[in-house]
Amino acid sequence: MISDLNFIQRILYILERYGMSYLKGAGTTLVIALVSTLIGCLIGFIVGIIQTIPVDKKRDSVIKRFFLRLIQILFRIYIEVFRGTPMIVQAVFIYYGMAQLLNVQLGMWTSAFLVVSINTGAYMAESVRGGIISVDIGQTEGAKAIGMTHFQTMCYVILPQAFRNIMPQIGNNLIINIKDTSVLSIIAIVDLFFVHKSVAGALYTYFESATIVMAIYLTMTVTASRLLRLWEKKLDGSDTYEMADSMDIGNQMR
Amino acid sequence: MEKENVILEVSHLGKNFGTHQVLKDIDFKVQTGDVISIIGASGSGKSTMLRCINLMEEPSGGSIRYHGTDITDSKVDVPAYRAKVGMVFQNFNLFENMTVLKNCMIGQQKVAKVSRDEAGKKALFYLKKVGMEQYINARPKQLSGGQKQRVAIARALAMEPEILLFDEPTSALDPQMVGEVLNVMHALAKEGMTMLVVTHEMAFARDVSTEVLYMSDGVILEQGAPEEIFGNPKKTETKEFLSRFRNC
Ligand SMILES: Nc1ncnc2c1ncn2[C@@H]1O[C@H](COP(=O)(O)OP(=O)(O)OP(=O)(O)O)[C@@H](O)[C@H]1O
Ligand SMILES: [Mg+2]
Repeated sequence: MISDLNFIQRILYILERYGMSYLKGAGTTLVIALVSTLIGCLIGFIVGIIQTIPVDKKRDSVIKRFFLRLIQILFRIYIEVFRGTPMIVQAVFIYYGMAQLLNVQLGMWTSAFLVVSINTGAYMAESVRGGIISVDIGQTEGAKAIGMTHFQTMCYVILPQAFRNIMPQIGNNLIINIKDTSVLSIIAIVDLFFVHKSVAGALYTYFESATIVMAIYLTMTVTASRLLRLWEKKLDGSDTYEMADSMDIGNQMR
Repeated sequence: MEKENVILEVSHLGKNFGTHQVLKDIDFKVQTGDVISIIGASGSGKSTMLRCINLMEEPSGGSIRYHGTDITDSKVDVPAYRAKVGMVFQNFNLFENMTVLKNCMIGQQKVAKVSRDEAGKKALFYLKKVGMEQYINARPKQLSGGQKQRVAIARALAMEPEILLFDEPTSALDPQMVGEVLNVMHALAKEGMTMLVVTHEMAFARDVSTEVLYMSDGVILEQGAPEEIFGNPKKTETKEFLSRFRNC
């Protein structure tokens, strides 16, 4: 019987019988976290960029200003609502609410991706906005002075710098998502935490299963943060540069 | 005909920040080949005036005519106008995310829609002119202040502007780097580049410019040839300002 085994033996026993289930659960967790972080970043960038479009009272038409303000207000509401409520409640609200209110039955997978993406988007929108306004105003003025439009200034000068500044936040969101997808078991997503609950419940081995699951979560989050650090390093480029000799300059001239 | 080579005509220019009236009724003209130095005490409105000229600040009143067109009019294409009026800043404002070469190419490529090859050639031509061609692969943060400012000048020149605005281009530099930037500006002036230079470098104002404007408290108090302003200032305030400079 399992109760005759010691702690290590029990863990090995569980792994032997349920190892694949844990791995599948971890895979589900990882896929939801990765895809949703990606989509969330996309949402965040779009919302953050639109939130920082300046209005020119003199040159922009009334219609343009009206719609811009309207969209900005709607985005503001979106950010407040999704940052200000727990994701577990959002999951229930969307999964069951959409069916009852709008008569749209979202699959649990669609709901899962939707909830985590929209949630991440709300956080990222604020990070992106912060990243944009923290880039020195001189960069904007330098770009305007050579005739760039707001859009060009954003694309070529501000966003590349803002992106670098918010890289740590993207990493943060990915790690949070890896952990927080666990709340999706409420809509029956079989993620790592769901597997844990099933296994622990079946064998009455809560501590052992939790140990396994902790180790798996930690492996995923540490790996994620390491990879992101490598990417950051790569973005920073080398500290040195090569003096161009006459040949390089000649090549450039050709 | 004199009228034909007037590039800019500023009339009754005013600027308020809230209730603070920073510019009051500024009038002057810039003709092709002019090198106009703008001097005056700190806070007199020199930067604000320069920034109004390329619409970094929105003027509160008056007009700025560029070849006859009032660019304060709401229908004017501001980016297109700015592409013709270069600006060099006290703090350089080079794009931190680009190499020196790219800094001098991006405006040509994206604003003037010049091909990559063409932009590269022109960028290099102007970088040579300021003596920075060896640094094409460097990033701004790897350069000294003087080097950054020379690249910034090359970046502005690469747009082939009709007029260049300088806002205290040497004020953020260590003394030993001031010379290299002033030399570049001096050479540009000799080549006939039209320039508007806010500066505290009185030697530059005296020796290089064709005209000097002395600003005080939001107005142009005195203006004239450098020999007049420096040799025989009419207003006591101008005299006092200049004598303070000789002392320090
Ligand atoms: N964005 C702003 N908002 C409010 N006040 C401003 C702003 N910019 C400038 N001012 C005020 O306008 C006045 C003129 O400033 P400006 O920068 O044009 O002076 P300056 O002649 O360039 O001085 P300095 O030689 O120190 O550069 C100052 O009193 C300043 O406080
Ligand atoms: Mg100033």
